[in-house]
Amino acid sequence: MYDKGKVITGIVIFVIVFTFPFWINAGKANIPPDPKVNPEVAGKVCVEDTAFMKANHMQLLDEWRDSVVRDGNRTYMGATGRYEMSLTNSCMGCHNNKAQFCDSCHNYVSLTPTCWNCHIESKENTNG
Amino acid sequence: MDSARRNFLKIAGLAAAGLTLKPAGNAFGMGVIVPEPDGAANFDSAIEAKRWAMVVDTRKLNAQTRKAAVAACRKAHNLPDIKNPKHEIKWIWEAGFKNAFPDLAGPHVPPQVEREPMLVLCNHCDNPPCVRVCPTKATFKRKDGIVVMDFHRCIGCRYCMAACPYGSRSFNYVDPRLHLAQTNVDFPTRTKGVVEKCNFCAERLARGQMPACVEACRNNELIFGDLSDPNSSVNQALRQNFTLVRKPELGTQPQVYYII
Amino acid sequence: MLEKALHGSKIYWAWVMALLGVIGIGFFTYLYQYSQGLGVTGLSRDVSWGFYIAQLTYLVGVAASGVMLVLPYYLHDHKTFGKLTILGEFMAVSAVLMCMMFVLVDLGQPKRMLNVILFPTPNSILFWDMFVLSGYLGLNIVIGWMVLHAENKRGELAKWVKILIYISIPWAISIHTVTAFLYSGLPGRHFWLTAILAPRFLASAFCAGPAILLLIMFVMRKVANFHVPDKAVNTLSVIITYAMILNVFFLLLEMFTAFYSNIPGHLHAFEYMFVGSHGKWAMAPWMWTSVLLGVFSLVLLIVPKWRKNPKTFVVALITLVASTWIEKGMALVVVGFIPNPLDQVTEYTPTLPELTISLGVYAVGLLVLTLLFKIALGVRAETANA
Repeated sequence: MYDKGKVITGIVIFVIVFTFPFWINAGKANIPPDPKVNPEVAGKVCVEDTAFMKANHMQLLDEWRDSVVRDGNRTYMGATGRYEMSLTNSCMGCHNNKAQFCDSCHNYVSLTPTCWNCHIESKENTNG
Repeated sequence: MDSARRNFLKIAGLAAAGLTLKPAGNAFGMGVIVPEPDGAANFDSAIEAKRWAMVVDTRKLNAQTRKAAVAACRKAHNLPDIKNPKHEIKWIWEAGFKNAFPDLAGPHVPPQVEREPMLVLCNHCDNPPCVRVCPTKATFKRKDGIVVMDFHRCIGCRYCMAACPYGSRSFNYVDPRLHLAQTNVDFPTRTKGVVEKCNFCAERLARGQMPACVEACRNNELIFGDLSDPNSSVNQALRQNFTLVRKPELGTQPQVYYII
Repeated sequence: MLEKALHGSKIYWAWVMALLGVIGIGFFTYLYQYSQGLGVTGLSRDVSWGFYIAQLTYLVGVAASGVMLVLPYYLHDHKTFGKLTILGEFMAVSAVLMCMMFVLVDLGQPKRMLNVILFPTPNSILFWDMFVLSGYLGLNIVIGWMVLHAENKRGELAKWVKILIYISIPWAISIHTVTAFLYSGLPGRHFWLTAILAPRFLASAFCAGPAILLLIMFVMRKVANFHVPDKAVNTLSVIITYAMILNVFFLLLEMFTAFYSNIPGHLHAFEYMFVGSHGKWAMAPWMWTSVLLGVFSLVLLIVPKWRKNPKTFVVALITLVASTWIEKGMALVVVGFIPNPLDQVTEYTPTLPELTISLGVYAVGLLVLTLLFKIALGVRAETANA
């Protein structure tokens, strides 16, 4: 092999750097997410069932935003009735503890949705 | 480079490019086909029209009503209060006659027209140049004539700002939430990097309410209605008064009419 | 052939390292802009396009000018430019890359840039601009590489490459025409609303672009022992002269229409540029400098004994580039917004972060140019020696 010394050194450095996230966090298991629905909204029903929401709430929100903004439709037939297609009013209306509910999964998978840069997180807690 | 090494690099490059095909395909699939939610419809209380328009009766406007209209809009839509005039966001504001109608200004305009500012806003043109130039259709004209911003899609290229002949558009040069004293929780804020402008209060119309500026003026200083309805208030005002629109020679067909 | 870029003199490596340093600083400054918003620039509600878009406009012209070498050689068998077309093509690659980077740093939401492809809007000229610029970049990368490859192997240029070259000629004209269309179709901006904007762009591109290429070649003569063929220089100098004459002539035509018709909408922008308006006159010193430099350069170019004298010719080229850069890379875009649609004047000055980021983009372009030219010269040296 040409430049054997340089190549092997390079490969070793590469492997160390590439596997950095694994060995730096060895032994520290990350707590799996446990999104909690608020007790005061127990009994209320979500727009769709839990299994559907877990898999599809991102796609659902995409459909909602195009329908509201671009088509001018603000309500739709969910699984259990007619709902307003609104992140702040419908979703955050019940799931009003973002840190406990939304963030617990999003932080775990290292995802930062930008929705709340514009949409109000909590109607009660805004304005101090 | 000898050909064995060359071929290896070629195949490695192609393989790496090939790995991007599935994610790229996903991205394109997700972005383009968004199905319609089941039974999507507007609120029952919505006011609908075929062609929304506004008439500004400048004879009736005074300092108090103008400020009330502007303040109502700013409050309803969470417009940030930015001190630096270069970064200001405004959807409706006061402008003198010579600024609203620069080609008509001259030494023989009646003193009260010259003196009293009028209100200027997006004209929701029937032939909007801003819609023509937007590369993503982030700004588009609805069936009812309102020219709307889709803040989710806007890439912040500001071509629409260059195209608008009326200076109606503002860009979020800074994070607006840093300059909001009070937030109206019934309307989102925007984020930095997108363009915004008057939306004829589409969200209020959907709930059966008149635009905020129109409601703030109690004496029909701002008349808002459906041009396709022959008996609407706007049509009556247009039949009874001679009105001006801003820069008619540009062919944009603005739908905000001014009674001078 | 890529390995040719990895062997160089101390000067070469020092230059590459310096460029990497500038790129690094520009990159971190861009991160600052990304986190704070475009408010860190000098842009405003009234002047919403500034230094970044102005550089894009200037560089599209430089990119298009590669065709000035390709057209005579491939369409008219004018052999003088034979060895130089590759340099024109590589300069085009570097310039178009910078154009696209300037668009990127100017976007308010760069993460969403794919929206232009996901939601194609053929009525928007920006959509077409992205399309023609990407196409031109691809064309020139492939053509440049294949031309060099043919030279390296001392072989014939493949037929499909020749077809691409023929396509690249009208394509080059199209990129600058489309860029002009960005401006010349907007109803509210009377400074830009003129049919002659596209011809003006092309004229200034065809003098500035070859001028820049010649200056680069003169630099390479000093640092890389590059031989610049005299015949090519003479032919290019004549092309540059005619293009500059047209450029100045078109500007004078614009001024005639504005001042003789006396229509305020047309007049205002020229007034602001040369004497100021509403008490604001920041652009005036720049414009007068541009005019003086331009006239000076034109005189040096027109008089044959000065055009043929190497020393005065270099001065002519430098002043030409400076003059066209001020006019297109500073004044044109900004003045379109002054006065604003409500007849008010907001002036514009780029800020330090804005200039730093721009410098970083220029450094990327120069780095790409350096690497590509190094490869081209390396191939030539190898084939010449053997």
